Amino acid sequence: MTEYYTRRGDGKRITMTKKQFMDDIQDGMADAADMGEIPVLNANEVEVLLGILMTRDRIVGVEPGNEVVLTYDIGQLDFTGDNGNSGNGVDVGRLESAMLHERALAADTFELAHADYSIKPVKPIISNEMQTMEQIQNQITVPFFYGAMPNAGLYYAPDGPYGNPTDLMREFKIEEAMTAAELTADHLARDIEYVATRMNAAGADGFNFDTTASAGDADFVGTLRGAEKLRKACPDAYIMIGMAGESIMGIHGSIEYAGEAVAGKYPHQQIKFAEKAGANVFGPVVNTNTSKSLAWNLARSVTFIKECIKVAKIPCHVNMGMGVGGIPMCETVPLDAITRCGKAMVEIAKVDGI
Amino acid sequence: MAIPHYMTAGMGGIRSAGDLVARMQFSKNMKIGKAKEYVAKKLGVSTLEIADEYLMRELREELKIGVITGVPGAPRGIAAKMNIESILDVKINSCEIFRKNTKK
Repeated sequence: MTEYYTRRGDGKRITMTKKQFMDDIQDGMADAADMGEIPVLNANEVEVLLGILMTRDRIVGVEPGNEVVLTYDIGQLDFTGDNGNSGNGVDVGRLESAMLHERALAADTFELAHADYSIKPVKPIISNEMQTMEQIQNQITVPFFYGAMPNAGLYYAPDGPYGNPTDLMREFKIEEAMTAAELTADHLARDIEYVATRMNAAGADGFNFDTTASAGDADFVGTLRGAEKLRKACPDAYIMIGMAGESIMGIHGSIEYAGEAVAGKYPHQQIKFAEKAGANVFGPVVNTNTSKSLAWNLARSVTFIKECIKVAKIPCHVNMGMGVGGIPMCETVPLDAITRCGKAMVEIAKVDGI
Repeated sequence: MAIPHYMTAGMGGIRSAGDLVARMQFSKNMKIGKAKEYVAKKLGVSTLEIADEYLMRELREELKIGVITGVPGAPRGIAAKMNIESILDVKINSCEIFRKNTKK
């Protein structure tokens, strides 16, 4: 039986037969369909996916004409950050980093980021961030955002003013936990308005809300309310809402946006909230299972994302970093895996960008 | 991740017309096909050609909308973006602020 090189979800090189690929594709699709209550891929799409996975070439790419737009998270921290941010540890300036992405790394867009990449710590240094944005906007040509994680976790004890819901729940203080989450959502929305409107005044093309809902449903609701405030204050700002995970954790459990609870929602449901909040682009996420194969993870991811694209009224830029979008969860992601995932997302799920 | 994603599926930013397509996605909520058609029509080329680095290198210099190499005197930054505004018929925030600050 012919064996083909492929990857496991943790990045390790393994071999699989055609039958094993097909079995894992079917299992991965079925898992997404079951969790999201969505359709599986059709027979033709499965054949295309199988072909992408079984290609013996080291790298693959889309057909000319099928290229899409790339957006980024974490800004210059991909150069300057430590390995906690998968950064290179190269202490290059933020202006230089932006120029290098535009002129050497083929970036369609880029963004400015604080070293902690979160809304809250930007507030005390907002003038510094505005000056840097003004300077880079004079030099850069591609759309240039300010990017930050809403990161509601920073508003909970011991880092913030509100009780920590997970600690409170352990003590059976359920109402207090829910109140802390609600107060955090309100506070986060206010901080988003403060930071994002000032970055807009400094010339930013827009704002990238990255890793939204990392702290659960109140994080998502706070971000949506913040985006809504930004849209109202700055009608022409580019707004991108990118997610942290495929399903929203119910830390509060019943907190609502536009009259609907957000906990437990999947990408094709999450995008409806982003549209209501005034987002221009939505960044759906599907998480990688490190114990499963690339075939399983990619089939599952493409199934979820295809449904998201189907219902979307705005463009979708799927998250395709380490451990999302079918891509293995490891720091030095193998080229063969990245390129196969990218091609499948563009040519099967029909994403508008990555 | 930037290099493999560009090589697999990226438009290439100012190597081609990726920045222009991105502007249409964000400013008008256009999906990728519609955004490419809009940009191609404004540039007077096909949707295949807007991602062709060879063709776009010459066209971008001619239109003064920014190129990746350090061509002395070639507009980049605000100047290039002002030309992009005219070609795409959109407003760009940093250009609006520049005009406000220079009272022009």
